[in-house]
Amino acid sequence: MTSPRAGRALIAPPPRRSAPDALVVAPGQVMPGRAAAFPLRREGPAKLTGEAKYADDLVFPGAWYGATIRSTEAHARLLAVTLDPEVDWSSAVVVTAADIPGQNIVASIKSDQPVLVPIGGEILHHAEPVALIAAPDRETLRRLKGHLKLVTDPLPPVFDPLASDHVFAAYRIERGDVAAGLADADFVLEGEYRVGHQEQLYIENNAMIAVPEADGGVAVHGSMQCPYYVHGALMKALALSPEAARVVQAETGGGFGGKEEYPSILAIHAALLARRAGKPVRMIYDRHEDLAATTKRHPAIVRHKTGVKRDGTLVAQDIEIVMDGGAYCTLTPVVLSRGALHAAGPYRCPNVRIVARATRTNTPPNGAFRGFGAPQTEFAAETHVNRLADALSLTPLEMRLRNVYREGDVTPTGQVLRESVAGEEVLRRAAAAAEFETLRERTKRARAERAGSTTVPTGALRTEAARKAPGIGLALAWHGAGFTGSGEVHLASVASVELTAEGRVVVLIASTEMGQGTNTIFPMMVAAALGITADEVEMAPVDTALVPNSGPTVASRTAMVVGGLCIGAARRLRQAVEARNGDRPFAEVYRADAAANGATRIDERFEPYPGEPFDDATYTGDAYPAFGWAAAVAAVDVDLDTGEVRVRDVVAVDDVGRVIHPILCEGQVEGGTLQAGGYATIEEIKLADGRYLNDRLATYLIPTSLDAPRISTILVEAPFSGAPHGAKGVGELPMDVGAPAVVAAIHDAVGVWIQQLPATPERILAALHPGSGGPAS
Amino acid sequence: MTTYRFLVNGGPVEVDVPGMRRLLDVLREDLGLTGTKEGCGEGECGACAVLLDGQLVDACLVPVCQADGGIVRTVEGLARRAAGDASLDDLQAAFLETGAAQCGICTPGMLMAARAYLDAGGGPDEDGIREAIAGNLCRCTGYTKIVDAIARVAGTVA
Repeated sequence: MTSPRAGRALIAPPPRRSAPDALVVAPGQVMPGRAAAFPLRREGPAKLTGEAKYADDLVFPGAWYGATIRSTEAHARLLAVTLDPEVDWSSAVVVTAADIPGQNIVASIKSDQPVLVPIGGEILHHAEPVALIAAPDRETLRRLKGHLKLVTDPLPPVFDPLASDHVFAAYRIERGDVAAGLADADFVLEGEYRVGHQEQLYIENNAMIAVPEADGGVAVHGSMQCPYYVHGALMKALALSPEAARVVQAETGGGFGGKEEYPSILAIHAALLARRAGKPVRMIYDRHEDLAATTKRHPAIVRHKTGVKRDGTLVAQDIEIVMDGGAYCTLTPVVLSRGALHAAGPYRCPNVRIVARATRTNTPPNGAFRGFGAPQTEFAAETHVNRLADALSLTPLEMRLRNVYREGDVTPTGQVLRESVAGEEVLRRAAAAAEFETLRERTKRARAERAGSTTVPTGALRTEAARKAPGIGLALAWHGAGFTGSGEVHLASVASVELTAEGRVVVLIASTEMGQGTNTIFPMMVAAALGITADEVEMAPVDTALVPNSGPTVASRTAMVVGGLCIGAARRLRQAVEARNGDRPFAEVYRADAAANGATRIDERFEPYPGEPFDDATYTGDAYPAFGWAAAVAAVDVDLDTGEVRVRDVVAVDDVGRVIHPILCEGQVEGGTLQAGGYATIEEIKLADGRYLNDRLATYLIPTSLDAPRISTILVEAPFSGAPHGAKGVGELPMDVGAPAVVAAIHDAVGVWIQQLPATPERILAALHPGSGGPAS
Repeated sequence: MTTYRFLVNGGPVEVDVPGMRRLLDVLREDLGLTGTKEGCGEGECGACAVLLDGQLVDACLVPVCQADGGIVRTVEGLARRAAGDASLDDLQAAFLETGAAQCGICTPGMLMAARAYLDAGGGPDEDGIREAIAGNLCRCTGYTKIVDAIARVAGTVA
């Protein structure tokens, strides 16, 4: 008889252990005590042969093509939408706000964003949808689009988030006495840090196809992270019952937060057109429209005033955050909340004040992007800590080791870090693996030699080698696992595992695969709990007609929260089946049990994790059930003549609680590290009058294989006891830590602090040659 | 409309379309080969990369008239097919095993870039591989595992 424990070899119950005992996996190695082989990506063969069907690959016979008519003004009153009377409109359908059967609102946190701007309403950004049009073919659509005109009356726009008086959200976190702490400090450092928009740049653009149903309902098939967000939005705007709105996820070509909320408005648009036309309607954005109109990472301005003792001990942190929400609220309150909760960095400090607000500007709405507010504020926090270390003549490692959170420490919200605290572990691992202190000595000598040399020429006479200044930088981050504060309690997610009457084991969740590995790790987790192989576990199609609402696929919550629910459901299923089969193992009896007893489905609903409940009113309590920890060491070369930065190597060390699939987990760290590298060096959106100037892939740059550093990943496991498998999530962690590491490396190379991202050649040269507008020749 | 004839994945095809129709649209819509993806439509991302007479091209930038009489190879032509069952070729298998495909949308173009590199005798050196796929954007992987996968195949061929 198989021991009931045998099946748990992959995912053992997490022992309560502190960080120093954490299990560390070097790249390519398999953890001791785990099965040697991990399943291959489940949908991998379909993706590799071209058989996987993304939204634009789906064929709906007779489908029409839809398009969005957008404002071209940042702020205006809409007076009229006119159709050229000289043109034959009979072959097309046009939809305006007057045609919306339900509420003219895109369901989100606040009810402020219209599906389409109504006549007499205010246009709040230049890409705002005003009307929709669909036609049987692309040529007709293109021709007719130009004959639909908007009549508007311009209004004064606001572009500066600091000047805006429309506040979407504001928070205040306070612990201790900041004024007294600053007065008591030996040294006080102030700094302002700015970050701009960043585009998620999934390679598959937003795409949705709506199909009208005979009973008046509508089904949408598309690229998305959160089917039930889309479902809720359809119900509200089209006044549909839950059954009449059906949402099916197509294969999704990347999301990174960019398909968290945006698909809701796109699905409503497609559904409105489909119902009007009585035909399926395809709305497949091209790259230009996707860049111009969809959500970006929130720009932020973060100010720090920090008091320290001579030995580097933090005594007071006074932090102000202003985020630019764009024209509508979208998810801004929760982005700001996460940003504020991470703003002090992973450091013990008795006196902290964090004051945060997000305001409205007449630019396209900003939204979710991997890290969700934390990369912005942690860039500021880490760069500030690096500047403090520099000012105190401490190494960045010493400065952090003096202050990093350890078990039992208390965060600014009063949360006691009881377990799974691996900041020191990831820090030491990263510094050791990258030989940080040794290499830093070497770059320091290179800098000194350059400064003291009378023979190394400057400017155009420099040799190729002499132009390159090497630098190395370190950063540390924490990332709250799962939804912020009371978020998971409000979500009340449900996940199901079913033993079907045919004897199949099926996982039913609304959590989407978008590249991160959901389809592969859920069968592993469920199989381990049932004592069967992953191959025996199927994933139900992500279709709201079939799967329960397991919550959105965001916040690095899928493996931890939904994974935990599925393990819970699987354990209960196993118990039920084994109990009625004389305690024989599930693996031996489940097929016969299904034949005899029919289907058994277990629904598992989220129960709050242990800890102090979070108080949304006072911003105190446990902001997250646990934190993931990440450290990165970046090595760069800075070209002294051009200011270009080449990120050569990154050592990324991430504590994810429990690694479920090392290859997929490494893939998350590598991808996130490169996105952070892009954020640090090249990714920038330029605006003029509230419009993105570089709204094409030819002008919005992301790193290519030649820009990408060699990334070495080390995974650390400091499991979280609140989740049955100990996982804390991985997706967002690497995004928090890459940019400050690169900026620290630039300082190490050339001695200037770049306090505004990205660290472009222009900004580096301006810092190196202040007042000259460029390098001295 | 003009008739254009060329080979796709070893089989002859014939399409009656305007000569300036993008090869990408001919493949995806007229021939139903949706494995080739559109990411930007302006030759920046490489998601639509295919081989035309052995050369790596972005199918969004190639009018079908330029493919007339040519030999086109797409991702659908990589796996060895027998009786409706496809077995991955060495490159596809290496991508699967190393974790080089995540969301998968860049994968078909990336595979074609890698195939062109290997067919041209490219070796397992990292710089050469990175250069060969520099026209193919990936947002998921950080390129690390893609480079590993190609190096693995280049290493076994060499």
